[in-house]
Amino acid sequence: MEKNNLKAWLYLAPAIIFLGVFLVYPLVDVFIYSFEEGFNSASQTYLGIGLYNYSYVLRDPYFLKALGNTFILVFITVPLSTLLALLISLGLSSIKWLRKLFQTIYFLPYVTNTLAVGLVFMILFQKTPYTDGLVNYVLSWFGVQAIDFIAGPYWAKMLVLSLYTIWTVLPFKILILTSALASVDETYYQAARIDGTVGARMFTRITLPMISPSLFYLIITGFIGAFKAYSDAVALFGTNLNSAEMNTIVGYIYDMLYGDGGGYPSFASAAAIILFVIVLTITSINLIVSRKTVHYGGGVGNA
Amino acid sequence: MLNSSTIKTKTADEYRAEAKRARIVGGLKTAGVYTMLTLWAIAVLFPFFWMLLTSFKTFGSYNAERIPSFIIRHATLDNYISAFTEVNLGGYILNTLVFTVVTTLLMVVVSVLAAYAFSRLNFKGKEIVFTLFLALMMIPSELVVITNFVTITEMGLRNTFTGLILPSVTSIFYIYLLRENFSQIPDNLYLAAKVDGTGDLKYLWRVVLPICKPTVITVLILKAIECWNSFVWPRLITDNEAYFLISQGIQTIRESGFGRENVPAMMAAVVIVSLPLIVLFIIFRNKIMEGVARGGSKG
Repeated sequence: MEKNNLKAWLYLAPAIIFLGVFLVYPLVDVFIYSFEEGFNSASQTYLGIGLYNYSYVLRDPYFLKALGNTFILVFITVPLSTLLALLISLGLSSIKWLRKLFQTIYFLPYVTNTLAVGLVFMILFQKTPYTDGLVNYVLSWFGVQAIDFIAGPYWAKMLVLSLYTIWTVLPFKILILTSALASVDETYYQAARIDGTVGARMFTRITLPMISPSLFYLIITGFIGAFKAYSDAVALFGTNLNSAEMNTIVGYIYDMLYGDGGGYPSFASAAAIILFVIVLTITSINLIVSRKTVHYGGGVGNA
Repeated sequence: MLNSSTIKTKTADEYRAEAKRARIVGGLKTAGVYTMLTLWAIAVLFPFFWMLLTSFKTFGSYNAERIPSFIIRHATLDNYISAFTEVNLGGYILNTLVFTVVTTLLMVVVSVLAAYAFSRLNFKGKEIVFTLFLALMMIPSELVVITNFVTITEMGLRNTFTGLILPSVTSIFYIYLLRENFSQIPDNLYLAAKVDGTGDLKYLWRVVLPICKPTVITVLILKAIECWNSFVWPRLITDNEAYFLISQGIQTIRESGFGRENVPAMMAAVVIVSLPLIVLFIIFRNKIMEGVARGGSKG
C-alpha cells in the first residue's frame, strides 16, 4: 500500500500536540523542578541544583504523617477489598436467580461522584451535638459508646476512610473477577468432578490458577490506586487534611502546590517523585512474586 | 481415586439418605451465598437510600431527631428548591455540563483521528510512535499535574474553561481502544472506497464511524463519567466559584453552604448530582460495564 506520510502526521498532530504539551513536557519538567533548590515561582529563578527538596520533604512532619496514613490505608484496603471482591464474585458465579440484578447494584459506586457519596458517609458516621448518627445508634445496640468517626480518634477516622475506600474500589474488582470466573472453561470442572475432586481442592487447583492473572492484575492496580488515595479522604474529612491528621501523599503534593500552604512546586515535585518511586518499587515486588505464583496460558499445568 | 467405602455396595435407603443430605448441604450453601450477596447489596444501596430519605425531611424535623429516623413525618421538596436558590448548584451543574460536553467531544475528535492514522494509514515510524503512545499510558497523572498547573497559571488560564478543558482532553487508552476496533474493518472496504475516489476523511466519517459506533459510544460515555466526577484538576485550577464543577461545588456546599447543619438540603444537592449518572448507568449498563472491564480503571 502507498505511504501517505504527510496525511498520517496531520491526523496524528492534534494528539501529539496535546500529549507533548500536557504529558511529555511536564514529565521532564517535574524532574527538573524537583532538583531546583529554592525555586521562586514569581521570578522563575532558583538558587542551585541538588537534593534539598527531597530532604526537606522527607523531614517534613506533614509528609511523614501523609506517608504513614497512605501506607496504613494501602495495607488495610488492598488485601481486604481483593478478598471481599473474590468472595462476592464466587458467590455471584454460583447463582443464577437475581444474578444480573446483584451485578448491576454492585457496580453503582463506580459511576457515582466520590465527593457526593462521601458526604453521605460522613453524615452516617458523624457525631454532632444534635445526634450521634446512624452508625453510632446501631453500635449502641451492642453496648458501644458513641464515637465521632469524622473528627474523633485517629483509628476511628482511619476505619471510616478504609471502609469508604473499600466501598468505592469494589465495583471494579467485582466486575473483573466475575468476568474472569465466567471465562473459566466448564470442562475443567467436569473433568475434575469425574476424578472425584471435592470443593476446596477444585477451588485451589482449578479456579484459583485460572483466575490468577486477573487477581494479580487487580492486586497491582489496587496497590497503585490505593497509594494515590486522596479524593476519598477529602470527601470525608474536608479539604484541610493536615489538620484532620488524615492527609495522604497525593494530598500533600496538592497542598504544596496550591492552597493555604501552597506555592512550592519544587517540594510538590519531589514528593510526587518519591510517590512514583514507592509505587514503582511495590509494583516490581508484585511482578517478582507473580512470576512464581501466577498461572498464564491455557492448560491446567503447575500453578 | 476409589477407596473401600465407595466400593462397598449401598442399599437404596443409603443412597436416598445421602442425596437428601447433599440437598440440605447444597440448600444451606445457597442460602448462605444469597445472604452474603444481599448484605453487600444493602451496604451499596444504603447510602443512596439514606440521601434520598434525608433529602425529603424538613430542616426542623431532621435536627429534632436524636435517633435517626427511617420515617418521614412531613415530606417536603423545600430542600430541592434551596439547593438551587441558596447555593449555586445550578451554576455548578451548568459548568460541569459545558466542561463534560466540550472535553468529551474534543477527546473523541482527537482520538478518532489518531486511531485512524494508526489503523489505516501507512507512514514511517508508525510502530515506534504507537509504542511510545502506549508507554505514555503508564505515566501517573500526579507526576504531570504539577507542571500543568504551573503552565496553565502562567498562561493566565486559571478560572477559565480553556484551562479546565485543555489538559483533560487526551486519553491514550481510548486511542488504543478505537485503533483496535478500527483495525477490524476489512481492507476491501477501504480499497473499494479508494477506487471510487473517496477521500480518507469521508471514508472515516461515512464508513468507519458507523461501523464502530458501539465502541465510539462506549468511549464517549466513559469519558463523560470521568469528566462529570473530576475533582483534582478543577480544584487546582479554579478558585472562583463561578467556574466550580460539581465535585468542588459539593465540597463548598459542605464546608460553607446552607450553614453547616442543614443536612437535608445538602442531601438534596447530593441527590441532584448523583441522579444523572445513575440514569445514564441504567440506560447504558452493558456498554459501561463492558467498557470498564476492557481496561478502564477509576481515575
